[in-house]
Amino acid sequence: MDLSDLYTEVITEYGRSQKHRHPLEHPDVTERGVNPSCGDDISLELEVNGGVIEKAAILGSGCAISQASAAIMAGLIEGKPTGEANRLAALFLGMIRKDVTDENELEELQDGVALQNISNMPARVKCATLPWHTLEEALKKL
Amino acid sequence: MNKYLHDFPLLLQPDEKGRRIAYLDNAATTQKPQAVLDAVTAYYQTSNANPHRGAYDLSEAATKALESAREKVRAFLGAPKAAEIVFTKSATESLNLVAQSYGMSFLNPGDEIVLAISEHHSNLVPWQIVARARGAFLTYLYTDESGRILPGEIEKKITGKTKLVAAAHASNVTGVVNPIEAIIDRAHQVGAVAVVDGTQSAPHMAVDVAALGADFYALSAHKMLGPMGVGVLYGKEKLLEAMPPFLYGGDMIEYVEEQTSTFAPVPQKFEGGTQNVGGAVGLSAAIDYLNSVGMESIREHERALTAYMLDRLRGVPQLKIVGPDELQDRIGVVSFTLEGAHPHDVATILNADRIAVRSGHHCAHPFMCHLGVQATCRASVYLYNSNEDIDRLAESLKGVRRWLGYGLE
Repeated sequence: MDLSDLYTEVITEYGRSQKHRHPLEHPDVTERGVNPSCGDDISLELEVNGGVIEKAAILGSGCAISQASAAIMAGLIEGKPTGEANRLAALFLGMIRKDVTDENELEELQDGVALQNISNMPARVKCATLPWHTLEEALKKL
Repeated sequence: MNKYLHDFPLLLQPDEKGRRIAYLDNAATTQKPQAVLDAVTAYYQTSNANPHRGAYDLSEAATKALESAREKVRAFLGAPKAAEIVFTKSATESLNLVAQSYGMSFLNPGDEIVLAISEHHSNLVPWQIVARARGAFLTYLYTDESGRILPGEIEKKITGKTKLVAAAHASNVTGVVNPIEAIIDRAHQVGAVAVVDGTQSAPHMAVDVAALGADFYALSAHKMLGPMGVGVLYGKEKLLEAMPPFLYGGDMIEYVEEQTSTFAPVPQKFEGGTQNVGGAVGLSAAIDYLNSVGMESIREHERALTAYMLDRLRGVPQLKIVGPDELQDRIGVVSFTLEGAHPHDVATILNADRIAVRSGHHCAHPFMCHLGVQATCRASVYLYNSNEDIDRLAESLKGVRRWLGYGLE
């Protein structure tokens, strides 16, 4: 896979985005996600009201891919019911596993589709999936 | 071109763009010279059988191959007796053997185990388990920000309560060569045993375990041009004799009755199960190769490469070296970070230029925490590397931040 397919403008911009990198005042759930082999170590905070995710924050540190994936995810799930967020997580993980390839179906992931090619780079797959697995774990706790 | 490069088939393979790999992950594993590959093949073609068992000539040949490898390792390490050399599957297993056999038998509630904070998980986690099981305590020798053990730390932490000290001869994160003689001497002064992880030192410098006085010394074949799946534990004969076996089964017993057994003498007592004879033969050939180059020459070559690498890395904007930025008491392992670029991204981008470095926490979580870094990139050299590899590394590093979108806005 070519580097220019990996570090696209969309990915590097989301990777450096500070938008969701501030701790929430009253998170209802906090979940840590770690990739032990490479040092990605993130913390997902969610404020949930009436079953709707009002705010999402991603703290910690990680590579450009995990950070971009986290920023895209935070933007997508804010304002969505938790069930919807769970469905999006399954859709994203399905895309990475190449189980879901239909463009129309993936459209819902918006900029998340920029990470589709990561499935061709086995060493980096877990970077892209870390925030989404962390989201799934966080939602189980609610 | 480096004169040893021709002996390493993998390093000569061009990719589809005609590029050789700049292999700079030698602290993780090393490439194998043709002589090692040939020795392993020859063993399987001419001498393969289960050692120590058959009455037939071929089994005798396998036994001889294993025992001559043991003698080769003994001489390489300066150990007094071949019986003090135990074959394992890895340095990790060697260290676990000491922890499970010596630690579980001879450490008692309230005893202190002193570790260097810079230890690899393989010389740290086993001691956590022993400490918990035996009611012992762990204390740490801390380092300064360049990874060197602080002055006075050895005398302060290794005390009358200390019963065991475990430290690496050289760090796999910073390349620092620890003051191992001082650590061992202090351990003996207070009546403690000294366990040395020689994984990063034995491949790169002349080691004499008898002169060091180490009670145990662990190393790994694949980090010194040998095959994977073979490790070595040197242990003083008296200690090994007093310790219970580690793995029970075939080839390590003396008599087995229905209810009890007695065990073979050292080192067979610790070598339950069929040994990796082909691997030991490969290690033996690797030692021959290293000796033919000379450990002093290897040390000198790596010193020059490290000096050059430190110099070139200083010229990369926004790069910070994690560890000592000088040559004294260090091996050719250099960790660094690049501002705004996660080490995993750096390694991916270098890979596109066919440069192999390691990224992550290098199996040393507590040390990374102590140094205040999440992860680093690590470049590590061996005898077959040349300034050309370092030049490629430095040039490629200069382009990393641009790939990540810096300097475009």
